[in-house]
Amino acid sequence: MITMHPSFEMLRPGKKFPTVWCPGCGHGIVQGAIIRAVQKLGIPRDQMVMVSGIGCSSRMPVYVDFNSLHTAHGRAIAFATGVKLHNPKLHVIVITGDGDALAIGGNHFIHAARRNVELTVILLNNNIYGMTGGQYSPTTPIGKRASTAPYGTAERDFDPCALAVAAGAVFAARGTVFGVVELEKMIQQALAKRGFALVEALSPCPTLYGRLNREGNAVKMIQWQKENTINAKAAAKLPPEKTAGKIITGVFHDAEVTPYTEVYQGIIDKAQGQKQ
Amino acid sequence: MSADIRLLQGNEACAEGAIYAGCDFFGGYPITPSTEVAEEMARLLPRHGGKFIQMEDEIAGIATMLGAGAAGAKAMTATSGPGFSLMMELLGYGCMAEIPAVIVNVQRAGPSTGLPTKGAQADMMQARWGTHGDHPAIALCPSSVAESFSLTVKSFNLAERFRMPVQLMLDEFIGHLREKVTIPAPGELEVYTHPRPSVAPGEYRHFGDGTSVGGAYAAMGTGYRFNITGLTHDPMGFPTGRTDEIRWKMDRLRAKTDDHLPELVDVEREFLDDAEVVLFAYGGGARTAQEAVRLARARGIKAGLLRPRIVWPFPDQTVADALAKAKAMLVVELNQGQLIGEVRRVNQGGTKVVPVLRYDGEIITPDELMTAVEANR
Repeated sequence: MITMHPSFEMLRPGKKFPTVWCPGCGHGIVQGAIIRAVQKLGIPRDQMVMVSGIGCSSRMPVYVDFNSLHTAHGRAIAFATGVKLHNPKLHVIVITGDGDALAIGGNHFIHAARRNVELTVILLNNNIYGMTGGQYSPTTPIGKRASTAPYGTAERDFDPCALAVAAGAVFAARGTVFGVVELEKMIQQALAKRGFALVEALSPCPTLYGRLNREGNAVKMIQWQKENTINAKAAAKLPPEKTAGKIITGVFHDAEVTPYTEVYQGIIDKAQGQKQ
Repeated sequence: MSADIRLLQGNEACAEGAIYAGCDFFGGYPITPSTEVAEEMARLLPRHGGKFIQMEDEIAGIATMLGAGAAGAKAMTATSGPGFSLMMELLGYGCMAEIPAVIVNVQRAGPSTGLPTKGAQADMMQARWGTHGDHPAIALCPSSVAESFSLTVKSFNLAERFRMPVQLMLDEFIGHLREKVTIPAPGELEVYTHPRPSVAPGEYRHFGDGTSVGGAYAAMGTGYRFNITGLTHDPMGFPTGRTDEIRWKMDRLRAKTDDHLPELVDVEREFLDDAEVVLFAYGGGARTAQEAVRLARARGIKAGLLRPRIVWPFPDQTVADALAKAKAMLVVELNQGQLIGEVRRVNQGGTKVVPVLRYDGEIITPDELMTAVEANR
C-alpha cells in the first residue's frame, strides 16, 4: 500500500519542486527537521510564518506551506520583527544563512537578540556563499578556500551561537545534518521558547565549499561532521586535547527572560492607563 | 463639541494624521529633521493599541515596517536624506511585494550629511527613481501644517488602495513650521482601508485578483497562506522565470499609476484662469510662491500658481494645459533643478520655462520670486 509521506502535507505542491538546492546539499535535511518539529508541536500552519533573506537556504519558504516572506539580503530578522510585533499570535521562524545573518544582516541579528523578540532563527551554516558561487563568508574557517579566497581566507570566523548569547538570545544550539534527530529536537525546543532562539544547523555544501576545499562528496562531508563534532555534554568530560579542533554541538544556552512583545504589551497598558 | 484646534509643527501634524488614518505600526531610526514624527508616534501609538519600535538603522526601520505591513498593519516610517538613501533598496521591495506603507521623508539639504537642520527639496528625483528597476511611484508634498496632516491621511489611503509604499515628501521648512491646525473630527476626512478577501482559502491568489488597485488582499494568520518574495513572481507569489509571467507582473506594477492618472492628480490652482506668468511650486517652496503671486497681482501682473500636492506621478496634462496658456512658467524649487526636467518634458509649445532655484538651506523669498516674475512678465 502506498501512503503519503508525513511531511508532504506541509509542502507546497506543483511547480516549486524540485528545489533549487544541489544534490548533496544539507538544506533539505534541515527543512525536513523543521517540518517534523512543527508537526510534533502541533502548531497550526495558519499561525506559522517563515521569513527568509537571500541565499540558498533562504529559498526554503517557497517550499513550505506556511505564511511565507522571502525578503531582501540580510533583512529577514528586521522584517520578522515587524511581523511578530504587529501580530504576536503568529509563530515566526527565520530561515537564514551564514552570509545573510552574520555579514549583511549582522546588525539585525544582534539587535533582535538584544530585544529578545520571539523569533526562532534557523541559521543554515554552510561556511560559504553558495548562491553567488562560493565566496567566503563570516563562518569560512581561516585558511579555507573560496572563489574570493583562492589562496585561503585571511579572516577569522564567527561563532554564531556565542555571538547570539553575548547579544542576549535566550536559547542557542548547534546541530548538524548528520545528527538530524538531535537537530530536530533542538528546533522543537527553540520553537517552544518564548524569546530570541537560535539554532545553528551545520549543512554541507559539496558543490562549492567541498569542491574548493577538496572535502569530497556529500557523503564524505556528512561523514566528516560525524567525526569532527562532539556534543557539549560529552566534551565537558573529555580532556582538552581530545576536543581540540572539534566542533562542539548541543544546547549552549537556555534562559527565561520576558519576551519583547510581552514587555511591549506592558507599555501599551501603561500608555492607555495614562490616557485622559 | 468644540473644534480641536492646536498649534503644531508639520512633523507633529504628520504623526497626528497617521493616527487619524488608522496607522498601527511605526518602525524607524532617529534622524534630523524628521525625529519629531518618531517621537510623536512613540507617544501616540501605544495609546491607540499600536506598536512603535526604534530599530538599529534605517534599513531595519523600513524592513520592519514592510514586515508589519505584510502581516496586515497600516505601517509607517519617517526619515531624512541619508536614511532615505539607505531605504532605497527596500522601497523597491515594497513595490515588488505590493505592501502598503507610508515613508515620510522630511527633506534636508544634501548631498551626504549636508545641512542636517536646514531644508531642501533635493530628493524629488530620488523618490521617483532612487530604487533600482522599473517601478511605480506615488509621492506627495504638503505645503502647510494642515496639509501635513491631511496629506498623511491621503498617503495612507493611496497606499491601501494602490497596495504599495507611498512617499510623503515633507521638507524641513514645513516639518518644523508651527501653524494653527484644526484636527478634523472622526469621519470628516475619508479613511480608506483595503478590503480583505472573501473567497475560499484554496482559491485565494495573493497577486491574482485581476487588479492591482482597489482589490482585496489578506493579512497573515487569517487562513489565507501566501508567499511574498522580492523575486519576480506569478499571481500566487511564487518566483518565475517565464517571460509571460514576468511581463504580467511588470505591467501590473506599471498599471497602478499609468492606468489611474486622473485619481492621482491633486493640484492646487490659484489665479490660473488668466495667468500669463505661472509659478510652478510645491511643498515648502510653494509658501513664498503663494505670497509672490499675491504681490504680483497687486502690481497688476497676471501671475498664477500651479501647486501639485501629488508630484509623482507627475501631473503631465495639468502642467501641459497651464503651459499652453502661459507666456512663461517659473519653476520654483529648493534644489538645483529637479522637477523642472518634467516641466520641460511636457512643454510641447514655445512657452518659456525658467528655473527659480535656491539651494543654500534657506527658503526662497517673495522678493527673489518677484524679481523673476518681473523679468519674465
